[in-house]
Amino acid sequence: MRRIKVTVDGKTHEHEVEPRLLLIHYLREVLGIGGAHSGCDTSNCGACTILMNGESVKSCTVLAVQADGEDIMTVQGLAKNGEWHPVQTAFHEAHGLQCGYCTPGMIMATISLLKEKPNPSEEEIREGLEGNLCRCTGYENIVKAVKQAAGSPVS
Amino acid sequence: MIPLKFDYEVAESAQHAVELLGQHGDEAKLLAGGHSLLPIMKLRLAAPTVLIDIGRLNDLNYVREDGDKLAIGAMTRHTDVEHSDLVKSECGILAYTAGLVGDPQVRHRGTIGGSLAHGDAASDLPGVFLALDAEFKITGSGGDRTIAAADFFEDYLMTALAPDEILTEVRVPKLNGAGWSYRKFNRRAQDWAVVGVGAILERSNGSISSARIGFTNMASVPVRASATEQALSGASVDSIAEAAESAADGTSPSSDIAASSEFRQHLARVLTKRALDEALSR
Ligand SMILES: Cc1cc2nc3c(=O)[nH]c(=O)nc-3n(C[C@H](O)[C@H](O)[C@H](O)COP(=O)(O)OP(=O)(O)OC[C@H]3O[C@@H](n4cnc5c(N)ncnc54)[C@H](O)[C@@H]3O)c2cc1C
Ligand code: FES
Ligand code: FES
Repeated sequence: MRRIKVTVDGKTHEHEVEPRLLLIHYLREVLGIGGAHSGCDTSNCGACTILMNGESVKSCTVLAVQADGEDIMTVQGLAKNGEWHPVQTAFHEAHGLQCGYCTPGMIMATISLLKEKPNPSEEEIREGLEGNLCRCTGYENIVKAVKQAAGSPVS
Repeated sequence: MIPLKFDYEVAESAQHAVELLGQHGDEAKLLAGGHSLLPIMKLRLAAPTVLIDIGRLNDLNYVREDGDKLAIGAMTRHTDVEHSDLVKSECGILAYTAGLVGDPQVRHRGTIGGSLAHGDAASDLPGVFLALDAEFKITGSGGDRTIAAADFFEDYLMTALAPDEILTEVRVPKLNGAGWSYRKFNRRAQDWAVVGVGAILERSNGSISSARIGFTNMASVPVRASATEQALSGASVDSIAEAAESAADGTSPSSDIAASSEFRQHLARVLTKRALDEALSR
């Protein structure tokens, strides 16, 4: 067992964990953050995407011990004082979700993308989200949601 | 999917990592970004009993100018290479290719050193480092040594790294205006290359003075397109199409679900032509 101290959604947690515990399982099972989804378990689908020090990472491919001392943000930490994050609002308004399974990962990947490229072209949006799969194939509206969040006109 | 149990150690320095490797023997593995190692541990295709985390060695994350070369720390992540102004201006092929690895999430964790040390010929960067005639700096219990990329890759997932050695730095020449291109053929976004070709072209007075071409996924290790390179040395720029015809000579790539061996050879010829044409125009 190893002691880790991780800041998740602004709150610091300390736990003894097995080194082989994956970060996604730490978030879901130890901290009870069900908003971080596990889709494929094989680093492909992006449903488990969270921000680690502000950058998108797949939490099924990170050990909880690797997150020791780091700053993690999940979809559950985005809303401030009951107000959604602009990317959440954009996904809601542009119908960027159908079943919603991929949505937490899509939203976190979008936040990371917009930080690196505040005004992405459509091609840059599609490439920027290539690590996230939508089983409902709702990509058109997902791209629209990202455009809306970036403040660019949505066609 | 959960890996088998292992012990976890954090390395405080490259030297410390070497000491820990020495203490724990062959069953220990270094953990860099974890984006090759953890997936295979989750599938239980690998089961090291000790992981030595070098992910916190920030002093191995750098890009520096060193005369006519660039020195890049082994822990530099793909995203750092992709966005480095120095790499973009002095060795564009490397920044471009690093930006094609996996997807943004993978590039936020995966490292240059991990990509090379893993020794997978389907990875995009090894063939490019081979075409660049890169040098790798390695630290072990006996001190430092430097090895040429051509001597580093030994077989599928096998490199010249001894069990108690760590790759600390890669050095690549500045391209100084040489044309370059990397062409990756894959079936879907985020996929690995079925075949990839990296090309670097030096020109003088309207002819080609040298061509260096490295392949991704054409053998169990990254390989050069030697016949095409020879055909182009000192040749006119009009000879590219003909020279590319020999790109697959001497290769026997594997057949798998993505492509037959023959199709890989076909891709190698076509992509080599496209890469050389693009390199010429850059
Ligand atoms: C979904 C997905 C898609 C991907 N797509 C691509 C792709 O399209 N193209 C591509 O090229 N790669 C791809 N990758 C792999 C990615 O590039 C990895 O980041 C990289 O191959 C390994 O780097 P790492 O830092 O994660 O290494 P790790 O997984 O931490 O380590 C890999 C191996 O190298 C050893 N090692 C690591 N660093 C050192 C060092 N400094 N010295 C000695 N040994 C060391 C480790 O012990 C281990 O055996 C993909 C990965 C994933 C998960
Ligand atoms: S659950 Fe992590 S990428 Fe699918
Ligand atoms: S909305 Fe159903 S998986 Fe994307």
